[in-house]
Amino acid sequence: MKNTLKNVFHSPRFLVGFIIFMVILLTVLIYPYFVTRDPLLSLGKGFLAPGTYLSVYDANNAPTYRMELPEAAINRLESAIPTEDRQVMLDFLKVKGADVSGVSTANDSLDDLLALWKANYDEADVKASKYQGFSTQAQRNKLRRLNTSILASEQASAMSLSKGEGDAVAVSDTDYIKVNEVANAVSLPLGTDNFGRDTLTELVKATGVSLIIGLIAGTVATLLGLVVGLLAGYVGGIVDDILMFIANLFTVIPGFVLLILIYYSVGQAARGITTCALVIGFTSWVWTARSVRSQVISLRNRDHVNLSKLSGHSLFRIVLTDILPYIASYVVMAFILQVSSGILAEAQLSLLGLGPKTTDVPTLGLMMNWAKLFGAYTSSNAWWAYFPVIGVIALISFSLNLMNTGLDQVFNPALRD
Amino acid sequence: MKTELNNEAAVKAGPNTEGMNQEQLRQLEEGVSLKIDRNKDFSNAPSVLRGEGVTRIFTTGKTRTVAVDHVNFNFHKGELISIVGESGSGKTTLSKMLLGLLEPSDGTIYFNDQVRDISTGAKKRAYWKGIQAIFQDPFSSYNIFHKIDSVLEDCINLRGGKNLSKQEKYDMMTEACSFVNLKFAELTNKYPFELSGGQMQRLMIARIFLLKPEILLADEPTSMIDACSRATILDMLLKLRDETGMTVIFITHDIGLAYYISDAVYIMEHGKFVEQGPAEKVILEPQAPYTKRLISDVPKIHEPWDLSTVG
Repeated sequence: MKNTLKNVFHSPRFLVGFIIFMVILLTVLIYPYFVTRDPLLSLGKGFLAPGTYLSVYDANNAPTYRMELPEAAINRLESAIPTEDRQVMLDFLKVKGADVSGVSTANDSLDDLLALWKANYDEADVKASKYQGFSTQAQRNKLRRLNTSILASEQASAMSLSKGEGDAVAVSDTDYIKVNEVANAVSLPLGTDNFGRDTLTELVKATGVSLIIGLIAGTVATLLGLVVGLLAGYVGGIVDDILMFIANLFTVIPGFVLLILIYYSVGQAARGITTCALVIGFTSWVWTARSVRSQVISLRNRDHVNLSKLSGHSLFRIVLTDILPYIASYVVMAFILQVSSGILAEAQLSLLGLGPKTTDVPTLGLMMNWAKLFGAYTSSNAWWAYFPVIGVIALISFSLNLMNTGLDQVFNPALRD
Repeated sequence: MKTELNNEAAVKAGPNTEGMNQEQLRQLEEGVSLKIDRNKDFSNAPSVLRGEGVTRIFTTGKTRTVAVDHVNFNFHKGELISIVGESGSGKTTLSKMLLGLLEPSDGTIYFNDQVRDISTGAKKRAYWKGIQAIFQDPFSSYNIFHKIDSVLEDCINLRGGKNLSKQEKYDMMTEACSFVNLKFAELTNKYPFELSGGQMQRLMIARIFLLKPEILLADEPTSMIDACSRATILDMLLKLRDETGMTVIFITHDIGLAYYISDAVYIMEHGKFVEQGPAEKVILEPQAPYTKRLISDVPKIHEPWDLSTVG
């Protein structure tokens, strides 16, 4: 036993899979102690991109520090003129016939671009001569607005704030505040989802819930498959025929269709995570049963089983002590795969809108479903709402499958290449 | 003397002795006094196991394999019977049917002159008190997850010694092991795979020693073991037979070995008995061509090996 465990942990594949899985598991367990916020608490409205959000009000009240950054002006300019505007400027300069070779929309050629712009842009000229692509009133207005904003951002603007009831205080462009001195700052490493919920906190909670679903589904499927497989394989005869008939029924009817039908008939109100897990478990035991059965058939005629029979042991005892330990490693591997496929099945079902009811807890599948329903894939382009979820699903099933192949290598040395 | 004490303990021990038949009880009481003469005529001894038209057919899809084809046999009490045949002749299938691990497709088996009834689990268990086996491969005969002690303890329990004290059980196991020249103190708490093949097979005999069945079926018990251990194991089997007067059915492919130890020999070819009778008669005056071939196939030390019969 000890030796087997040692071997298992010497398998690099198993080890990598195990470490990935443990990292995920530990994150799920420890994270709630650091972020105690309710994972389903709505912080804002709609998708917010990842980043740190500071309260403007509190930022104004935070103590200021003077800092003279040499590149402050150019940074400000760079963020004031976005790439799309620079492209418009370039297009205009090309039409105007200026030499734009060596000038691009990149940050380091912004100086050249501005110089060219100032040399070539003349409002009266644009109004009089209709340049190609800038002939309509709207297009000309756009150019005019662009010019105004460029001029505005070049002059260090004076800004004043009123602190409390007192007089207005001038804010200089060399004033800085410290992020953690702002009373209300929210760090959202993965932004928010469509409901304005912190995606990271939600994701961690969802991972935990999905793991529980996978665990329950895997346990149910493995136990059911084990009992059916052991009975069918060991007892044989009519019992085998009946059990395999049922198993074949489950094989012929695609499991997923069955899942959808059961889910649909249960109704969303009754679908907690346990129900979901049980339904997944009850539809995925078939292949465990089949493979356990075939293993048992090869074992039941071994001499040690015959000897056990001759020693007068009961069927129950023979199955439990003479058959089960011999296939235990196989069952563990099957269990790992069942957990993995349970998590995937939940994700698939939820993506179709057949997941657990949406008000209690998030699951990985539900997060995907919400992202789909609220256009994170398409209109909002909010990659942070679904990409990390896909990543976590992939990592979980990758690590579990890696553990499985690692175990396979240890328990079936003949398979080693 | 120790053996007798041991037997008394087993008889006294449990309510299970009531399940034993009179023959077994008598045997237990008489202990080891029954001695078998090498030249004894068994034809008048009571029959313990008899078969009429015993057949086993394996069907997979449309192919029918007749493994054992209408064989008749009559094994007498205290006799040592060898069933000889080459690989695939149906010996092991026949032995499985005799043990009740496999149902015959056709034919009847009589146990102590009564039709054998092993239709329920309880009846099977009762039958297995009367017949036990030693298998060919000692390495696969043990459950690798169980310690040696549990194998022997099972035997004591089966003989109704469930309620014996730990010390009594330990004494019985020690005695059984010393019968086969093993020291139980060295084996206790060990797993089967820590033993050599010869030790494992001797432990199997110790198991039979504890069980003392009426019939012992030994399915090529020496084929996986080197020549030295083989002699020891055969010696022990014979000693066990002499001490307890059990019937031994010895299944082998080695006709020389069969001649050396048996009272009666059955020669099996393609699921049929082609020749049967007392060992001396069958082997010294073989009638069937198959028997002659088997005998000529035995390598001899002082003459060239006749390979002409090898098809």
